[in-house]
Amino acid sequence: MSEPKTIERYTPKERGNHWIVAITFILAALSGLALFHPSMFFFADLFGGGPWARILHPFIGVVMFLFFCITMVRFWHLNKMTDADRQWMKSVKEVMMNREKNLPEVGKYNAGQKYMFKLMVACMFLLLLSGIIMWRPYFAASFPVGLVRFAVVVHAVSAVALIIGIIVHVYAAIWVKGTMRAMVRGDVSAAWAKHHHPGWYKEVSRSN
Amino acid sequence: MQSLDVKARSGSTAPAPGVRTIPEVAKLIDESKCIGCKACQVACMNWNDLRDEVGTNIGVYDNPADLTPSSWTLMRFFEVETEKDKLEWLIRKDGCLHCADPGCLKACPAPGAIVKYSNGIVDFVSENCIGCGYCVTGCPFNVPRISKADNKAYKCSLCSDRVAVGQAPACVKTCPTGAISFGSKEDMSIYAEKRAGELRERGHKGAGVYDPKGVGGTHVMYVLKHADRPELVGLPKDPSVSTMVTLWKGVIKPIATALMGAAAFAGFLHYVMVGPKEVKEDEKEDA
Repeated sequence: MSEPKTIERYTPKERGNHWIVAITFILAALSGLALFHPSMFFFADLFGGGPWARILHPFIGVVMFLFFCITMVRFWHLNKMTDADRQWMKSVKEVMMNREKNLPEVGKYNAGQKYMFKLMVACMFLLLLSGIIMWRPYFAASFPVGLVRFAVVVHAVSAVALIIGIIVHVYAAIWVKGTMRAMVRGDVSAAWAKHHHPGWYKEVSRSN
Repeated sequence: MQSLDVKARSGSTAPAPGVRTIPEVAKLIDESKCIGCKACQVACMNWNDLRDEVGTNIGVYDNPADLTPSSWTLMRFFEVETEKDKLEWLIRKDGCLHCADPGCLKACPAPGAIVKYSNGIVDFVSENCIGCGYCVTGCPFNVPRISKADNKAYKCSLCSDRVAVGQAPACVKTCPTGAISFGSKEDMSIYAEKRAGELRERGHKGAGVYDPKGVGGTHVMYVLKHADRPELVGLPKDPSVSTMVTLWKGVIKPIATALMGAAAFAGFLHYVMVGPKEVKEDEKEDA
């Protein structure tokens, strides 16, 4: 069997889609954080000032949601929890300390990545729904003020959960060397695949 | 408005300059003396140079039908059966109450868009307003209105420009029956209690002062004929800033900001203490 040196992990479309979501996320997060805490209000200047941050934020958010939906549909079937995943989670501390041994076989995604996927899906839907309810000048006035108050809290909590999730997501890509290449260039080394995602590696090797 | 010192400022975490304190002021609206002439509405639009659009008659005396970005005060008329077979026609001048603990200011994310002066006036500084409408969620009295023309929030300023130079608000100045008075919060509170006592002596058993403690007291107070039932004239009985807003601004805002910073720092620490996961290209191990 001729072993390819690199394996394609993400197609050009998947990569493009990922980076549209990633960039709109950064823009939505910065403009949202500007309105969240005075210490971050200066982020509004990146968008042309407070009113512009307020105007652009929801539109950026909707674009992020729509492209995220494509990613979500594309990767949904790869993110179902299995018994092996639950077993993997028990050794998550070892994984964190770079001392993992005898882990259950990981497919294209490990349990941590699957939880991250679920967190993102939940947050995206909560953000969209609460965001529409509090969206001025278009929608907020048509909802009772009690609901708008609730939506604001939901929006803040789910945004913070998503931002912390993304900090973990980005850090994981910095931590696990060879990962960035998968999202930028699309491929990973065979050794990377064998080490981190042996189940997926076998599958890909078989189909080649 | 340098002659009115700022005591609190929206979207700001550092203390506002406050070395000078000036006495708190208050406007007192005596419901029992109000005849519903709307002179206060006219005075308000004259002094503040506001001209609302001509609306339509909705079958009651309320005109305009609601507070708007250019109608900052409004007589509201209530036909209520306070007891069985006893109809009363109650009139209340609505507008901002200038809370000591203003929910609008608490909710506002734009630095300096809402300020509270040390005399108690809560003022919207429109040029700093970004139009998010958070003040609407913060207000327990449904007062701020967002303009469709410029997406800025507007409300009664208690004529902060007049008060700054020692004048009473325009509505006070014009009221023909003396139903609106203006002075120090202390004097107005004493006068309000006296008026409420007089009303009780004259048979208005429920008469009292509306200066709700849930928002720290207000700088627009009412003497109500039915202070035990303020909802008869559209006022909440025990108003306070919504728990949702307190949770959002008082708890989530500081804790979440710290958590996000901590998450990023934890990542950095992990990298320098545990280090990256690297796979050697010649790794033979098969999992």
